[in-house]
Amino acid sequence: MNEWLTIAMPKGRIFEEAVQLLRKAEFPIPPEFEESRKLIVDAPEANMRFILAKPMDVPTYVEHGVADIGVAGKDTMIEEERDVYEVLDLHISACYLAVAGLPEYEKTDVNPKVASKYPNLATQYFKQQGEQVEIIKLNGSIELAPLVGLADRIVDIVSTGQTLKENGLIELETIVPITSRLIVNPVSYRLKDTVIDDLVERVAQVIGVEEQL
Amino acid sequence: MSKLFMFEKPLGMRDALPGYFQTKRNVQRVINDEWESWGYLPVETPTLEYYDTVGSASAILDHQLFKLLDQQGRTLVLRPDMTAPIARVTASGLQNQHFPIRLAYHTNVFRAQQLEAGRPAEFEQLGVELIGDGTSSANGEVVSLMIEALRKTGLTTFQITVGHVGYVNALLEEVLGNDERADDLRRFLYEKNYVGYRQHVENLPLSSLDKKKLNSLLRLRGDWRTLDEAVNLVQTPAAREAVEELQEMKAVLEHYELSDYIKLDFNLFMHMSYYTGIVFESYGNNLGVPLGSGGRYDELLQQFNRPAQAVGFGLRLDLLVEALGLTGAVPSQTCILFSPERRPEAVDHARKLRETGKRVVLQDIRGVEDVDQLSDSYEDVISMIGKKKEGAAHE
Repeated sequence: MNEWLTIAMPKGRIFEEAVQLLRKAEFPIPPEFEESRKLIVDAPEANMRFILAKPMDVPTYVEHGVADIGVAGKDTMIEEERDVYEVLDLHISACYLAVAGLPEYEKTDVNPKVASKYPNLATQYFKQQGEQVEIIKLNGSIELAPLVGLADRIVDIVSTGQTLKENGLIELETIVPITSRLIVNPVSYRLKDTVIDDLVERVAQVIGVEEQL
Repeated sequence: MSKLFMFEKPLGMRDALPGYFQTKRNVQRVINDEWESWGYLPVETPTLEYYDTVGSASAILDHQLFKLLDQQGRTLVLRPDMTAPIARVTASGLQNQHFPIRLAYHTNVFRAQQLEAGRPAEFEQLGVELIGDGTSSANGEVVSLMIEALRKTGLTTFQITVGHVGYVNALLEEVLGNDERADDLRRFLYEKNYVGYRQHVENLPLSSLDKKKLNSLLRLRGDWRTLDEAVNLVQTPAAREAVEELQEMKAVLEHYELSDYIKLDFNLFMHMSYYTGIVFESYGNNLGVPLGSGGRYDELLQQFNRPAQAVGFGLRLDLLVEALGLTGAVPSQTCILFSPERRPEAVDHARKLRETGKRVVLQDIRGVEDVDQLSDSYEDVISMIGKKKEGAAHE
């Protein structure tokens, strides 16, 4: 098994956690490897190449096949709807998606506006709730929207709830729990099946979900 | 909306310039020759079909159909694939022809425009359909034909993965009983969401043995030995039948000496309801999307009132060219450069050369912008300029 795997990862904390997982699964990844600032880093000992991308873009790299596998949050998977295999819940960077707003928020007859980084996901969610809303797409600091009156609610990731609290917002509804997922390109999944199955099994063992496989 | 620049094309539409065109045509000829040598007869059908007939019978999802209206206000579709039109033809124009019928096609198909790169709204597809034969020999024949066609194109590394929808359904039904609950899991398979599948299984009110069985499905892949695991997992008649079909197909492929190209994957689940038996996809190195796919669809023909078993596949020409790389250099050409007073001689010489199979361009020297550049773009330039001398002067 000396086939190379190209792995797309979000920069920062998830990359570090994922590399830790791989080390625990006994893939020989050199120490201090994750401190590099390069966008492409190779681990020849493990036959792996890492592509470091924006979290939202990871499924894109994997779908187009320039990366064989990737680590992506469930939030981006729902938002992007890419044609990739979602093979393993890595149980890292756990958080959840929620609807939040000002404490005094009340439903009114005015066209409800919702600000989010996840326009598709938010639209889908409110549709399921039987509510038609207008979505305003923002790229960050979503909490601003209700504070300045851009929207009356937001849909965003919540991990500790600290950011909401500090900005005087409260959680109104929980949408879905989020964790990072191991995703695989459909062609790589078939052509590099042995290496990928081996990796999935070893990582699953580390996170203790192998009985589910 | 901003004003269009004159060079712009509608979203998802592509040009084929000479170099690309040549490659594409070379690949297409090789494949067509292969189909025809196996006795598959090429057919053509219209670009436009009714939404209510071919459109709704097609395996392509509704939101991917390219729709328009005719003068009576009926919805039309730009043909999204060729399988449904061929089913229509088989049940109408060819209704008096006895089964089995072997047909081939090479045509452009359409998909609703999408913003993203790499998703053309129009592309060429090459494929075959073997209609009215439900045997394993037929299954083996079309899979072999796909392999042979890919081999002939010069593609060095590729693989066919084969699955069986009948087996998956048998397993799901054995454990879950009713079809609705099975549908949930089928959807997870179709969406390639194995995490969701496992979570869903975990929450079902089932024995741990049954849960294990359902989860085992996700690992049911590999070489032909996977068949033994498949046999052990489910023993219902439908499951046995599916495994037997694959075993027979293996034998057929061994007779064709092509069984090494195959891997099995029981999770290959390309459509919620269209396919009824074996399904297969082909993958080439260096390309992130399947080159082609196919399978057995025994229920399509009855929608056109001529029930019949059928199996077939399509290959995407655009993806094949991408996988092979631009290999089709424009063939070498000779240029005869003449001045008007020697035109008759030039025309005569060109005719003679063309009869020998050469590609000859006749070019009046007065129409040339840059003689040096012109010389560079031809393999051979023959000058017939100025007063006639004895014999044609070569440059």
